[in-house]
Amino acid sequence: MAGGGPITGPALSTGPAAGGEGLSQSAPVPGALVTPPTGVVTGTFWRRFTLRRPLAALIIQRLGLSVGLLFAVSLMIFGGVEALPGDFATTYLGQSATPQAVENIRKDLGLDKPLTERYLNWLGGAVKGDFGTSWASKNSVSEQIGNRLGNSLFLAFFAALVSVPLAVALGMLAVQYRNRLPDKIINVVSLAAISLPEFFVGYLLILFFAVQLGVATFPATVYDSMGFGERLSAIALPVATLVLVVLAHMMRMTRAAILNVMSSAYVETAELKGLSAFRIIAKHAAPNAVAPVINVIALNLAYLVVGVVVVEVVFVYPGMGQYMVDAVTVRDMPVVQACGLIFAAFYIFLNMAADILAILANPRLRHPR
Amino acid sequence: MPDLLSVKNLKIEATSYPPGEPPKTVTLVENVSFDLQKGKVLGLIGESGAGKSTIGLSALAYGRGGAVITGGQVLLNGKDILTLGRDGVRTIRGCKVCYVAQSAAAAFNPAHKLGEQVIEAALRHKIMSRPEAEKRALYLFKVLGLPNPETFGDRYPHQVSGGQLQRAMTAMALCPNPELIVFDEPTTALDVTTQIDVLAAIKHAIEETHTAALYITHDLAVVAQISDDIMVLRHGKTVEYGTTKQIIEAPNQDYTRALVSVRQTKREEARDQSNTLLKIEHVSAGYANGFKVLHDVSMHLPKGQTLAIVGESGSGKSTLARVITGLLPPSDGKITFDGKELPRALSGRTKDELRRVQMIYQMADTAMNPRQTVRDIIGRPISFYYGLHGAKKTERVRQLLDQIEMGDRFLDRYPAELSGGQKQRVAIARALAAKPELILCDEPTSALDPLVAEGILNLLLKLQEETAVSYVFITHDIAIVRAIADSVAVMHRGKLVRFGPKSKVLSPPFDDYTDLLLKSVPEMELGWLERVLTTRRMESAGN
Repeated sequence: MAGGGPITGPALSTGPAAGGEGLSQSAPVPGALVTPPTGVVTGTFWRRFTLRRPLAALIIQRLGLSVGLLFAVSLMIFGGVEALPGDFATTYLGQSATPQAVENIRKDLGLDKPLTERYLNWLGGAVKGDFGTSWASKNSVSEQIGNRLGNSLFLAFFAALVSVPLAVALGMLAVQYRNRLPDKIINVVSLAAISLPEFFVGYLLILFFAVQLGVATFPATVYDSMGFGERLSAIALPVATLVLVVLAHMMRMTRAAILNVMSSAYVETAELKGLSAFRIIAKHAAPNAVAPVINVIALNLAYLVVGVVVVEVVFVYPGMGQYMVDAVTVRDMPVVQACGLIFAAFYIFLNMAADILAILANPRLRHPR
Repeated sequence: MPDLLSVKNLKIEATSYPPGEPPKTVTLVENVSFDLQKGKVLGLIGESGAGKSTIGLSALAYGRGGAVITGGQVLLNGKDILTLGRDGVRTIRGCKVCYVAQSAAAAFNPAHKLGEQVIEAALRHKIMSRPEAEKRALYLFKVLGLPNPETFGDRYPHQVSGGQLQRAMTAMALCPNPELIVFDEPTTALDVTTQIDVLAAIKHAIEETHTAALYITHDLAVVAQISDDIMVLRHGKTVEYGTTKQIIEAPNQDYTRALVSVRQTKREEARDQSNTLLKIEHVSAGYANGFKVLHDVSMHLPKGQTLAIVGESGSGKSTLARVITGLLPPSDGKITFDGKELPRALSGRTKDELRRVQMIYQMADTAMNPRQTVRDIIGRPISFYYGLHGAKKTERVRQLLDQIEMGDRFLDRYPAELSGGQKQRVAIARALAAKPELILCDEPTSALDPLVAEGILNLLLKLQEETAVSYVFITHDIAIVRAIADSVAVMHRGKLVRFGPKSKVLSPPFDDYTDLLLKSVPEMELGWLERVLTTRRMESAGN
């Protein structure tokens, strides 16, 4: 999790849970930036700012961390691609590669320039949204990615649209019927879904719905000429695969988060007020379970965007994942680098968003003393 | 007058599932009966595990953590609430009977404003309209002496202090105008100076609203101030049930007598002030975020004696212990141990310097590795400091177990298999194993029941006589200070208020804070609360 500080969790309750006979002694805890002390505060501008506006400080911190992380990732991607064995020129020329021809191609692509210069050029372009020209197709990488990314997001969006509400609802259902039959069924099925790799789930779905029943389309390739409805029916199977893969994780974490909150003293208080079960869950449990649930959802959304590679290949879906795999096989480095950076950016952005939402969901940070 | 609440032959059981064994049914409460009339207060008293909270919750037909009411009747206005069913009990809870939990900090929902939570039950049960409920909440905030009652309800739970939260919880219970309130240790988690205010506020509010109450506590001195009748419980059974006057002044049972006379041990202080072991000079310390906790603290402790550091939570007393151990290097000042200045940080100290200062914590539970046996826990410092292994080490562990009045049979037990008092004894043995000259005791008895705590104090005194070890004893409890200290340091908000021999510190003339602290300690005496409050009013009128 990107920059998962001590504030991501919901567990900021103080004092022992009810039932103990112990005295709680609230000694100041170092490192807990929850309560800004009221004493005289000395120090730098940033430290004073942290104490006066903890929420803004935390969010600025997250933003800064994310930018720094993205920069580090860009270095790693460039370095990693550079360190890959094999060479575009030799792959491109195949058997007929003479040293002179290889040299010419390298010169054409600018590979003879020093590493730092190439990195800075690439990064400078990437910041402006220009990822250079594909070595293989000689087209603009940004243009091609634009199309592909749209397709991938289309797929991920519908997978999220189905899986997130379903996961939260199933999680709540499992809590309602805790340790009874519905809970156990949900648990076993979700465990099975987690355990099966997505390509296996994908092929199973193809076998069953496309080959035997013939109700679904395969391959799931979409074209520019397709209408919206056609597209939807084309992506039904990959969406189903993705939903099955991410659903279980989100559902189980939702269940755990709500159960954790349900065993807290304030839910007991709500129960002893004679409130209805629905009001207890919706009004007293849910707001406190938001932070951990958001984290899991963000992690899975990131997986939906980034992890579709295998699913796209299985279903022959023209998204980012397949584009990247194709580029790797021909050593088309600008494309590989661009895809890598975009995937990383998505991952970091979603995690940052989750962190910030979790911070905003924390009343202690929203309303400092 | 007909009884408001009448409990008859109550039996409560719980099923536990020990790993690898068949489920066991445990009886928590057996054959308990009592009656409570309108506007009266019944005190339920006993040590942990006596079933007092369980009985209190039965008045709301609620079983906590798998506890099930399996027998008897709970009659509210003559109607058995145990037969009401799931939806039926909802018409009782939060409407006719309300509950005040021990830890208001945990019992308030952190996500909602206090005011909303206070009026929620009254609104949901359609007892009042929103303006009526808000008006009543405001009235209750005033009665309970909360600061800025008009805006208090707009705050979130984390924005107010522990004592205020506990009063807000009482307001929440009183708001729907219930006939009965169950107070479950409402002041146990508070400092004494806060406790007295909350206690007075609760008493005033009960009188004002003519509400009946069940008041649950382990502190007989507290319950004596507030209740009309008292029931003493032990192991889920009634020990004694009578009027408050009879229980306090003429108890019939041995157990009650022990509770009444607990904490009356007093020790003469040692006069010998030569031979200083620990000297703290002008020590200041703070945390990395720039917040200063200790301001220019100086004190000293002669060999073989006990220095009690007393203060409320947040007074910096535990921080001082961390500074002495080296866990938190001081920003200013120096600490001299046996004539030699101690390096500030833990990492700068030699193994022998580490050996000579040991520590005992408040929560023995969390200070021990749950996966190690008593033999390993006590044996660790023996092999670390003295390099003993095998039979020699076991021999030394046996000796130590003997010293703490526990036998060989505990050698291979795990912490989970020990009672609270036994765990604290093992923690003491672990500290003794290093043969230290100074043991820092950080509230070692405050999580224990009074009788068990007294056993631990007596053990510490006995060990001091045997080994001439010195103690720095951190506590918030004046009774303990009287029992064991030679010299006393009173701390308040990180500053030293008063320091000297016990006889001087605890006798007049007092400074304001020490005076307040001493007067706030509940005494086992009827009418103590009224007397203190009257004196206070007269003093503030006189000023």
